Amino acid sequence: MTTTQPNVAVAERSAADIPFNKHRRDWKKTGIIVLFCFLPVALLVVFTYLPFFQMCGYSFYKMKYIGTPKYIGVKNYVDIFTRPDLLATLKLSLYYMVGALIQVALALYLATVLAFKVKGGAFFKGALFFPYLINGIAIGFIFKFFYTRGYVLDSVLQWCGFDLNNLPYWLRDQKVNNWSLVASSVWRYLGQTMILFIGAIMSIDGSLYEAAEIDGANKWQQFKHIILPGIQTILVLNIILSITGSLSAFEAPYVITSGANGTGTFFVQMDKIAHSDQKVGLASAMAVVLLIIIMICALLQKIVMGWLFRDADDGTAKARKHAQKVEKQRKKALRQANKVKAGNAPLFRNGANKEAEA
Amino acid sequence: MSSETITPDMQTNSQKGKAMEASVEKVSVWYHMRRWVLSFLKYFSLVFITFCVLLPLASCVWTAAKTDAEYKTGNVMAMPHNWFNFQNYADAFKLSNMAVAFRNSFIVLVCVCFMTTIIGTQLAYVLSRFQFPGNAFIRGAFTIAALLPGIAMQVAVYKIMGSLGMINSLWGYIIMSMGTDVISIYIFIQYFENLPISLDEAAMIDGASYFTIYGRILLPLLKPAIVTALILKGVGIYNEYYAANLYLQDKQKLGTVAISLYAFTGPQGPKYNLICAGVIVTLLPALILFLIFQKQIYNGVAAGAVKE
Repeated sequence: MTTTQPNVAVAERSAADIPFNKHRRDWKKTGIIVLFCFLPVALLVVFTYLPFFQMCGYSFYKMKYIGTPKYIGVKNYVDIFTRPDLLATLKLSLYYMVGALIQVALALYLATVLAFKVKGGAFFKGALFFPYLINGIAIGFIFKFFYTRGYVLDSVLQWCGFDLNNLPYWLRDQKVNNWSLVASSVWRYLGQTMILFIGAIMSIDGSLYEAAEIDGANKWQQFKHIILPGIQTILVLNIILSITGSLSAFEAPYVITSGANGTGTFFVQMDKIAHSDQKVGLASAMAVVLLIIIMICALLQKIVMGWLFRDADDGTAKARKHAQKVEKQRKKALRQANKVKAGNAPLFRNGANKEAEA
Repeated sequence: MSSETITPDMQTNSQKGKAMEASVEKVSVWYHMRRWVLSFLKYFSLVFITFCVLLPLASCVWTAAKTDAEYKTGNVMAMPHNWFNFQNYADAFKLSNMAVAFRNSFIVLVCVCFMTTIIGTQLAYVLSRFQFPGNAFIRGAFTIAALLPGIAMQVAVYKIMGSLGMINSLWGYIIMSMGTDVISIYIFIQYFENLPISLDEAAMIDGASYFTIYGRILLPLLKPAIVTALILKGVGIYNEYYAANLYLQDKQKLGTVAISLYAFTGPQGPKYNLICAGVIVTLLPALILFLIFQKQIYNGVAAGAVKE
């Protein structure tokens, strides 16, 4: 047993190898762990987990920010699923879902073009990306101006031959106003998605394209057989994220229309109920419902990704799991061995082995 | 088929060669046509999409240069007489109290970026270098926290902020903004795990304390990751408007740049030449930084989004 130890120990060096034992240095170690973890963990607890659990609690009460809460059981949850105005807001996320899919498709096209040499590529990239860096309130004003009757969008459409009388009020007409908001959201996030895809495409081995070209593959075939498989992980991830994102769509309706004229999504409505109407209990219940939906989506995402890429599994995952198991057993055995010669506890495994050799 | 039936006297070798040349030329003309059309379509689509994206911004730029008279009487799409009319910018700057807003945003930005970098790298150092009970638990807690949408939690955070007396205080807002940074911690952990642990061991043998190892050896090596995280955090904080609007209620004194534009929502109806000037003032710092740090910003955005 002891003769084989040195080889194994030299080959495997990870954080896990620094043993946790009763050495003088370990008190310092404990000290630094506590010192460095305290602040971030405290902040995480105070601003994320404490509100989360409190919110779950609030959702069973009828309460305002000030005053005594009154326990009403699951009535808030019943309200969410029976009040037609609240259920309708969830349907609005379908608009954002469609918008997000268009965004992914458009970003994919732009990324495929801009990842290669294009005249003025840096300019196009920068111009398409910049909206991502603008703050929400400014975007609200920009699009209020853009969509105003007879202003920018209408003028451009009139140049193209449309009659102003036939054009709808972009932010007031309930037939189109949600699409207007979705367009502004696509406008803002298109560049970011594009940059993501460009990064993924750039990481594909360039010689593959050359080989394909020699074999006579055209651009479409190259896209289909090289780029698409090369970026499928990030592509699928983005499509799934866009579904979760559209459920929690908030920004565009909040800053542009403030949720008026049937544009209030679930979150906008929740914000209004919480801060204008001060119905904290109902708003909390809404937040909890949406969190549960998002959690389910996250779980589905894991399952879908696992299922989609099951063919890509070349046994590495299985091998890794097995290796971990072996590693655990080895560590256990090593710990036993260390216990036997208690007293000269090692700082590093290397050091310990050198002692053992000597 | 026909080539088999050709008699030698009908077609000489040279004729055959010519025919082949012609067909090659025909193919290549076709090929060049196709290439040209594809390339035209490519550039046309790029220009068209970029035009659509830039139009809302460009219309703001020319509207901001218009005088009140021009704005009221002329068409929105008419160009201003004097492109260098900065009166609206000056008015917008004064009206929305932007000097104070820029100062506040600067304070928030510096404090939050500094503190998140310090506590983020410290936590990442501990999580990636030490095996201790609770390591996996803390990692998991941060991962799940990334899933919870911040706006949903604000209902309860608002009450907590109230009971801590942090509403309407710049410091309260700063502390709250520090607490919700998960992505940069991910970036740091990943980067730490790529730094060889033999660095730590060598320093430890030389008698360095853990604090020295963290501060003197690993932190300088972490620079690229810090730049990435700072960019992400900086953009996020500079543009953050929801919590700022909720917690910094005294907008004259405490407002940040992102919410200073609320000064333009009033009963007198929108004066868009003024508003557009205000919008441009707020996005100017972002534009300048973007032009300087373009590459790092792209990298940061790509790195941040993958972890989400």
